[in-house]
Order: sequence, then C-alpha cells, then structure tokens
Amino acid sequence: MDMPDTVTAAEASHSGFLDGDYDDAAGYYTPGAPLVDSKAPDGPISERWQNRKFEARLVNPANRRKLSIIIVGTGLAGASAAATLGEAGYRVKSFCYQDSPRRAHSIAAQGGINAAKNYKEDGDSVHRLFYDTVKGGDYRSRESNVYRLAEVSTNIIDQCVAQGVPFAREYGGLLDNRSFGGVQVSRTFYARGQTGQQLLIGAYQALERQVAAGTVSMYTRHEMLELITIDGKARGIIARDMVTGEIETHLADVVVLASGGYGNVFYLSTNAMGCNVTAAWRAHRKGAYMANPCFTQIHPTCIPVSGEHQSKLTLMSESLRNDGRIWVPKNQADCEKDPRDIPEEDRDYFLERIYPSFGNLVPRDIASRAAKNMCDEGRGVGPEVEGVRRGVYLDFAAAIERLGRDGVEEKYDNLLDMYERITGENPYEVPMRIYPAVHYVMGGLWVDYDLQSTIPGLFVTGEANFSDHGANRLGASALMQGLADGYFVLPHTIRDYLADGPFEEIAEDHPAVVEARESVKGRIDHFLSVNGTRSVDSYHRELGNIMWEYCGMERTETGLKKAIDLIRGLKDDFYRNVKVLGSAETLNQSLEKAGRVADFFELGELMCIDALNRRESCGGHFRGESQTEDGEAMRHDEEYAYVAAWEWAGEDSIPVLHKEDLVYTAIEMKQRSYK
Amino acid sequence: MKLTLKIWRQAGPTDKGAIHTYQLDDVSPDMSFLEMLDVLNEQLNAEGEEPIAFDSDCREGICGMCGLMINGDAHGPEVTTTCQLHMRSFSDGETITIEPWRSEAFPVLKDLVVDRSAFDRIIQQGGYISVNTGSAPEAHSVPVPRDDAMRAFNVATCIGCGACVAACPNGSASLFMGAKITHLGELPQGQPERDSRVVNMVAQHDAEGFGGCTNIGACTAACPKEIPLDVISQLNKDLRTAIKHGH
Ligand SMILES: Cc1cc2nc3c(=O)[nH]c(=O)nc-3n(C[C@H](O)[C@H](O)[C@H](O)COP(=O)(O)OP(=O)(O)OC[C@H]3O[C@@H](n4cnc5c(N)ncnc54)[C@H](O)[C@@H]3O)c2cc1C
Ligand code: SF4
Ligand code: FES
Repeated sequence: MDMPDTVTAAEASHSGFLDGDYDDAAGYYTPGAPLVDSKAPDGPISERWQNRKFEARLVNPANRRKLSIIIVGTGLAGASAAATLGEAGYRVKSFCYQDSPRRAHSIAAQGGINAAKNYKEDGDSVHRLFYDTVKGGDYRSRESNVYRLAEVSTNIIDQCVAQGVPFAREYGGLLDNRSFGGVQVSRTFYARGQTGQQLLIGAYQALERQVAAGTVSMYTRHEMLELITIDGKARGIIARDMVTGEIETHLADVVVLASGGYGNVFYLSTNAMGCNVTAAWRAHRKGAYMANPCFTQIHPTCIPVSGEHQSKLTLMSESLRNDGRIWVPKNQADCEKDPRDIPEEDRDYFLERIYPSFGNLVPRDIASRAAKNMCDEGRGVGPEVEGVRRGVYLDFAAAIERLGRDGVEEKYDNLLDMYERITGENPYEVPMRIYPAVHYVMGGLWVDYDLQSTIPGLFVTGEANFSDHGANRLGASALMQGLADGYFVLPHTIRDYLADGPFEEIAEDHPAVVEARESVKGRIDHFLSVNGTRSVDSYHRELGNIMWEYCGMERTETGLKKAIDLIRGLKDDFYRNVKVLGSAETLNQSLEKAGRVADFFELGELMCIDALNRRESCGGHFRGESQTEDGEAMRHDEEYAYVAAWEWAGEDSIPVLHKEDLVYTAIEMKQRSYK
Repeated sequence: MKLTLKIWRQAGPTDKGAIHTYQLDDVSPDMSFLEMLDVLNEQLNAEGEEPIAFDSDCREGICGMCGLMINGDAHGPEVTTTCQLHMRSFSDGETITIEPWRSEAFPVLKDLVVDRSAFDRIIQQGGYISVNTGSAPEAHSVPVPRDDAMRAFNVATCIGCGACVAACPNGSASLFMGAKITHLGELPQGQPERDSRVVNMVAQHDAEGFGGCTNIGACTAACPKEIPLDVISQLNKDLRTAIKHGH
C-alpha cells in the first residue's frame, strides 16, 4: 500500500480546538516538574549511539563475575539480554512465570521483524526505517531512541541467522523480505506465520546455553511480586515460587524488567492468559514513572467473540486485508441472513467507500474504528453477545475468483485453517467474520536513552517500556525493538551503571527487604481471607468491559470520567468480596490471578486519567472531542507533543504528571491523512 | 451440551491423586476445551471447591504450555493443541476423561499440571548454535538452499509441549529431540557442533528418565505440529556418525 498524503501540522490544526485551555483531567492529577532525558546525547542523530557507546564506561571482565543482574521476563527482550549479559560474564538471574522461558508471549508473534538491510535495493535505509517509525507513531516517540532502533536493526538479522533462525529464503538461498504494515519498502524478515516463535527459540537457546555455562540461573514458574529499593536504588525483587508458594528474596546490583505488555487489562485481548502488569506496576509504585499508559493498539483483524465464555481473542495476520474485502449489510434487516444470500448492491464495503484511495488497507486504528462504528449503528454480523452483533465480514470470494482457490490457499492457508478450527466455519465458502481486539500497548514504564527508569538501577526493555513506538506501532517493529533492546542496547548502557560497582552488600534482613517481603505476604493473606462471593475472573471480565467501552477505540471526557468512577467502585468491591480458595503454600492459579487483577485496577484507572488528560487524537488514541468534521483524528502538537510520565503519589493520592517535551530535529512533524 | 467430566485431581507432587466426577450443563460447541474447563472452575469456585489447576498461556496453539490427556489421547481427538480443541468435537451427553501427561520424566505438580523442565535441560546440553551476541557475520554471507531452510523451519515449529512423550508407551522424547537435531543439522551454521550436540542431548535425555524409541509412531500421531517420524531416523543417523567420529 502507498504512503498517505501528508499535510503539515499547521494546515491541519484549524477549527475545533480552543487554545489548549482544556484540562479535562483537572482534579484527577497534580502537575509535576518537567522531565528531561539526562542521557540523551546531543549531536547529529546518526552519531548519537556511537557516542553514547563510547562514553558509557566499561567494566573489567574480571569484575563482571562479581556483579549481579536480575532480569524479569524471557520474551525477546528478556531472553536476549540474559543471554548476552551472561556471555559477557555477569552473574544473571532470569525469571518467568511460565514453566519454560521458551513460552514467553513473544512466541505468538506472527508477521515478521523489520530491519533496514535494504536487500531489495528498494530505497530502504536506516533513515527511512527511522522516519517510518516516528511517523507511524504519530510523532509521539523519542527521536533518539527510534533512530538507534533503526540503526541496530541490521545486526539483529545477522545474529538471528547465525543462531539458526530459519527465516524464509528465496531460491538462490538468500533471505526473503516482504512489505508489511503499510510501508512502501520490503524490509520485513519472516519465518512463515511464526516469526516470533523462531526468534524466541533462537534467544531461548542462547539463554539455555548460558544456563549450562553457569552464568545464568533460571527461575521458571516464579512470579515477581515486588521490587526492592534501597536508598532509592533498585536492589532486588520478591518473587513467589508458583509451585511451592514460597516467598523468595532475590537481591542483585541491578534489576531489568522485560515483563511484556499489559493489554490484558482489557480482559479480552490477543495477549496470552498470563500477561500482566504486576512487575511494572510494583516498580511504578516504588517510584518508576509510567509513560503514556493510555496508548493502546487495537488490531482490526481478530476473530470475534463467540459468547460470554470467551477467554481470549485470536489475531489473524493483517496480510488478509491485502486480498480480503471488508463489508457489512447496508440494511440492518439483512444482518441475520446468510451473507451469501445478500446481493452485491445490498453490501456496504465501508472502508472502500469512506477511504477510496486506501480502501481495505487503511491503518489499523482507522480500520478498527470504522468496524466499531458499523456495529454501533446496528449493522454488525455474527452472534449477538450482550445484545450487539460485533463482527464485520472479511470476504475472500473476489480473491478466490481472481487467484483461484489454489492461489488463495497458497498465500493464506494456515490462517484460513486456524479460522475454521476456531469458528467451525469454512472461509472458502462463507465470508469470515472479524472484529478489532486489543493487541499491543505502546505505553509502559518511562526510560531514558539508556533504558533506565526513574529508579536508578531499574532498567526496562521490550514492550514493558514506552520509548520507541509513540502513539502507534508499525507492524513487525515490536520484535525488532525487543531484540534491539536485549542484544544490542541494554548490554552497553547497563555497564555504565555497573561501572560504579562493587555495590554495598544487602542483607536479607535489611528493613527495606523485610518490608517488601511482608507487604507481599500481607497481600496474599488478604486475598485468601476475604472469602467473599465473586471469582477473580468475574472481576477481571467486568474491569475489561469498562476499559473496552470507555478507554478502547474511542474515548470521551464523559466516558472516561464514568470509567474512573466505575473502576474505583469495582476495585473496592473486589477487596471486600473476592473469593479465592486454596492455600498460599501450593500452586494456586486463582491466587496468582487475584494479584494481577488487583494491579490491573490501578493501572486501568491511570490509563483513563492519561486518556482524559490527552485531549487530542493521535495514533491509537482517539478522543471523540478531537476530530475533523468528517470524523478523522486530529492531533494537537502545540499542546500535546510531550510524553506524559505519571508518578505514583501513594494509595490515597492522585498521580503526579511530569511532561517530557518531544523535540524533533531530524524530522518534520506532519498530520496524517488517508482519504 | 451436557457433559460428564472425569478429571484427575491431585493436591500436590506427593499426593496420590484420584479421578473426580463432575457434571457440566450448558456447554456451547463454540467453546474451546479450556474455556469449558474455565466454566467448570467458575462453578467449582462458587460451590466452594478449589478450581482445577491446568496449564495454558497463549491459547492459540503456539506456546506449548497446555496439554491434557483427553479420553486417553494426548491433546484429544484432533491434530491440534488442547487449547485449540473446541467442544464441537464432542457430543451432547458424552463422558470425557481428563488426565495430566503421564511420564516418569514429567512428574505431576498438581491436578493436571506437570513439570516439563527436563526439556529445557536437554536443550542446555547442545540444542543451540554457539554464537555470542555481536560476533555474527553478515546474514547474506552464507546462503542456505531454500529447501534446507524450509525443512529446518518445518521441524523448528516444535512447541515443546510434550505430547510426544505422553503418547509414547516408552515415554521417549525422541521426537522432540530429533526435531531440534534436524532443525540445527539442516543449516550450515549448525554443522560445527553437530556431533557433540547429538551425543550430549541424548545422554541428558536418558539421564532424565525418558525411555528409548522402539519406532511405534504414537508420538508423531499425537504431535500437534505434525513433526514427522523421520526426525528420529535423522537423530539416530547423527548419533551413529558422531560415534564413528570418536565421540
Ligand atoms: C498475537 C500477536 C502477534 C504479534 N505479532 C507481531 C509481529 O508479527 N511482529 C512484531 O514485531 N510484533 C508482534 N507482536 C507484538 C510482540 O509480539 C510483542 O510486543 C513482543 O513479543 C513483546 O516481547 P517482550 O519480550 O517485551 O515481552 P513478552 O514476550 O511478553 O515476555 C514477557 C516475559 O515476562 C515474564 N513476566 C511477566 N510478568 C512477570 C512477573 N510478574 N514475574 C515473572 N515474570 C514475568 C513472562 O514470563 C515472559 O517471560 C504480536 C503480538 C501478539 C499478541
Ligand atoms: S515434537 Fe510435537 S508433540 Fe513433541 S514436543 Fe514438539 S510439538 Fe509437542
Ligand atoms: S496454551 Fe499455548 S499452545 Fe496451548
């Protein structure tokens, strides 16, 4: 698909917005001091990373063995970091909640990974990947970080190939590329529809090699439940052994969170069941700022909800939109009919109608919102769930006519099979039904250029941090970021911090350690003693409904304020009425979920406050109050070209907002338009 | 749909465990098998009985976390993972027996949850290519014939679920191991460590208490990723070659 036409920000910020006087979130937050990234280097953008690597102090190989690093998470961001830091000779402890590091949610990524290799000689370059990523993020990401991401992207492919990652190849034996997610160059490397799996297995194997070498100790089925800070620095974690229930103390010189995204705050999402915010949220409560938490990516091509039992949603690759046509019936009366009986003239190919130049290939957020609008109008299809039909057709009939059934099979067979397995319907005969679902969060813990949070000694990588994708992420860029952070960025920046070592030994009976351990035990005891009437899942589902309704594809001031009230009420009820059976001393999945849901309540409230504060539409964040006359998103750079970094102010206080201004020196800000 | 469920319950690793019988009404054919268990767990929780522990994470057939013996079949009646099995594969009034993976090398931790960490320890013994971060050559410096790359990919899709072990009367992990040996052995990058890899992995496999392969083929029939039986021939071939090389 082509790049959108662009108009300058000045042209676009016409009517509608009144001088930036709005403070929708007044009363919900306290303004704080501005935030600056103290590590961001100056100078030409293409030299910044080289300079920073040179300036970051080195650690003598003989001293590395004396320095310890905790890494929470074994997805692409965590496994790659653990392997690399182990190879460098540090003492690493690696944690994951699954029974094996290979099962981290990165395994589920389908489409591919970007890299500016320019193997196709089609005009790609580091600068173009940088440009596309900043623009795709709707100018809400940090320029220096994104440039570095594009710069190291090429090393990732080399590393993965050397590890034996079986990327798709051409007949000549060289790597194949495809174009992905609406960019004009082919820079996406892929391994059929299982790119995440293959990349993660590569990183997992490198990690296991270090386990065997004795540099990394692996703690599977361990859940981090608290961060230990001493004198303001991160010095360890409290983790629960999920099999024995033991509450363990792990101390170290530095802590890395690579704990993934928090899309499960919506209950239904394409994330794995266990994805959670607990590691990040506990750090947030200890002083790490949370940045742009409301920036959520909603993916248009997921399999719709089939009933109230639904536990998760399944993504189908966006590539389906290349050949499938999306439509709903023109008349509400037809919504129950067999779609094959609805004649052509009674179908509304709404994306092709509203966006004639991009049609079915408009960006994810636009396609998602349009589908929601159709269903809100009562023209959705498929089963009614809670009174509404939430689905639109994705029709391959025309593609089958054009390419033949074989042609379609060759391109999409595994996806169409998956669809049939889940829905029981044959997509070669009946149009598929799709609906948007929460897929990825751009928001996360605030980090500086070194990937260090506002807590010294706490670093954050992968989806858990906020820095590279702004208000919207390009397809195939999350895998790139996770591996960039873990293999090529963190190992350099963390050494500058570790060069201050050796650090003071911490005893397990240090008051701050005891306090952290006791607070974890207290929380667990509380959940087990409430003995109320409602299951954890029922609260989670209700919270998810609130988030989806009011903090999902379209957000408004009234809706968000309502959501905040609802969440506060529900959270209160949860602490008084939740029912968690079993004991703390055994494997107890309800107890695990209770801790996660408790943190999701607090996160959900902050997401709503963040969304309320940002009275502009940008990327995946659409504020009903900020749209053009024909319903398109309107960004307001004068007022909101900043990162909203939120500080936890205590249980009974409102959060503090720190703003990091975004300055672009290598790129000009433009408003997007897809009409 | 109405179902009778006979489910293995075991309080902990040392508990003896037993089959318990539950009734579940109102099961929708559109539910996944694990969603059906979620519904049962909600019912148990409401009645004051501790929910049944079972593993799952991605629920889309790729992480390998789920895995149940369903009426004696690993992952149930279809060629897929437990999480991708749907209730439309069963009929109204049916009795379904649900048990954990049964293998000496996969001890039960609780109810339907087993310990598969032996798989990680097998990988630690050579299921990798030794290349430190940053030391890799340019990716295009070594072309790989497309067919080799495809074959490597096809077997690299193993999700490490353990169904092959659960299905095997000998409790052998040869299919799992053969998939890894073949994946790395098909690629030029995997050659330098080819001999030591197979020897060390097989030694670990045996030390973990997995049984030997007697070519029954139950593993490949149960494998949700359809890893073919010939990876075991490849494994044996590589092992013989390594021994010939003096390993
Ligand atoms: C269905 C799907 C398809 C996708 N497809 C693509 C794609 O094609 N291309 C692309 O670029 N991106 C894609 N993405 C996004 C991408 O997969 C993720 O953003 C990325 O993999 C996240 O990696 P991560 O390492 O940050 O976290 P994860 O892979 O989520 O890993 C998180 C780790 O943290 C651990 N953890 C979490 N909390 C705790 C805790 N409290 N205690 C202990 N351990 C904890 C977990 O055990 C896990 O090991 C996709 C995402 C989804 C959901
Ligand atoms: S070989 Fe098949 S059955 Fe065995 S672990 Fe791999 S995917 Fe599972
Ligand atoms: S839960 Fe991931 S494969 Fe079944």
